[in-house]
Amino acid sequence: MTDRDLPVAEDELHAYVDGELPPDRLAAVEAWLSTHPQDMARVAAWRSLADAIRARYGVVATERVPARLSLRQIERAGRSWRGIAAAAAVVAFLVGGLAGWMARGASAAVSGAAATLTTDALDAHKLYVVEVRHPVEVPGSESAHLTQWLSKRVGYELRIPDLEKVGLKLVGGRLLPGPHGAAAFFMYEGKSGERFTLYSTRADGPDTALRYNAAGPVAALSWADGAVGYVVSGEADRDRLHRVAEIAYAQLERAPAR
Amino acid sequence: MAGPVFDFSTAAASRTTGAMAGKDFGNGRLNSFRNGVEAAIPALRRYARALTRNSETADDLVQDTLVRALRSEHLFHGGDVRAWLYTILTNLNRNRLRSLARRPVMTLIGEDDAPDMSGPEAGSRDIERALASLVDDQRAALLLVVLEGLTYREVAEAQGVPVGTVMSRLARARAQIRAYLDGERPALRRIK
Repeated sequence: MTDRDLPVAEDELHAYVDGELPPDRLAAVEAWLSTHPQDMARVAAWRSLADAIRARYGVVATERVPARLSLRQIERAGRSWRGIAAAAAVVAFLVGGLAGWMARGASAAVSGAAATLTTDALDAHKLYVVEVRHPVEVPGSESAHLTQWLSKRVGYELRIPDLEKVGLKLVGGRLLPGPHGAAAFFMYEGKSGERFTLYSTRADGPDTALRYNAAGPVAALSWADGAVGYVVSGEADRDRLHRVAEIAYAQLERAPAR
Repeated sequence: MAGPVFDFSTAAASRTTGAMAGKDFGNGRLNSFRNGVEAAIPALRRYARALTRNSETADDLVQDTLVRALRSEHLFHGGDVRAWLYTILTNLNRNRLRSLARRPVMTLIGEDDAPDMSGPEAGSRDIERALASLVDDQRAALLLVVLEGLTYREVAEAQGVPVGTVMSRLARARAQIRAYLDGERPALRRIK
């Protein structure tokens, strides 16, 4: 039996169209196609698909490359970004020092993952604190159930901090999507209706100290502990938020992570 | 090589640059790396555009790819700079999609539908939608082969899978597009 007599597999038809066919199979495939019109039609269809894709997108490669994609620009931007990051770290250090809480003395560099987590938490905070009728899925009166349910969903043992000491009552909690799976979200309310939230989800970065992030009228304090990230969000009154976060932090730190 | 299917003028051009760059020695090495990256930018933009079908997103992706490439030049141990850049871009896009998956972008179904399906634009709209109907890894495999002229082996490296997986992704992509076009066209003609 010669190569010519071997039946042609679909893989070979693709390889033929893509120029990946071993030369010694070329004649056999072409002979096959001449007697199998259905396969021939498939090959023709794949070719015209390729032509259409190139006709549609080929022109992009002939467009003028935008300035922001020139290597010179990218190298310059890289340098200035490093400068900004260094400056920001210094500022964070100074501010942190003045406020008197260089918690654990960890570095102030904010990793992308932590920033995403904080953004998500702040988004959730802004979305739900204005909610009057349905701020939570499970009310605070069912806190045992809430803990059990959310722990199961996030995949580690949660603890709901008691914030009575700073005048906050648990409203309840809900389940949210997080960067690495489910996130737990708890809401607290003070005497004058002010609301604080605690967001917790898996974080893949290293442990970090408390970090402050302000976004307009709301602010967040975040930290990561044993592959779990926490974000306390509330009004941008820094002292109050700080007290809330500290108490939450103290209670959560004792919680077994994972 | 058979017919116009293999006529990738731009791809061929940057391949030549890569080969020439490889012959540089000593001081030339740094420049050859940089030149290789620079020469690949138009092709990276083309691939990213087809992959995302959005020019802003595509250029963001290329920008991130270039930043990553320049920063990790020390990780590049020779070979084809272009294939390495496609690998970076493919991975970045996968991360992008992963993070998008949790905040879905809402697109109106039926938005800009039938009326656009006639005239000279019809074919290119068909293609965009057909590509959009593919699973991400299949779309990337198809575009790397068909649009960028990478070999199966290079695609396998870019996607971090065996060659056999690349081939099955290609086969599925082509079957899916054909089914999509076959199923879609008569319906749209009826509307017209």
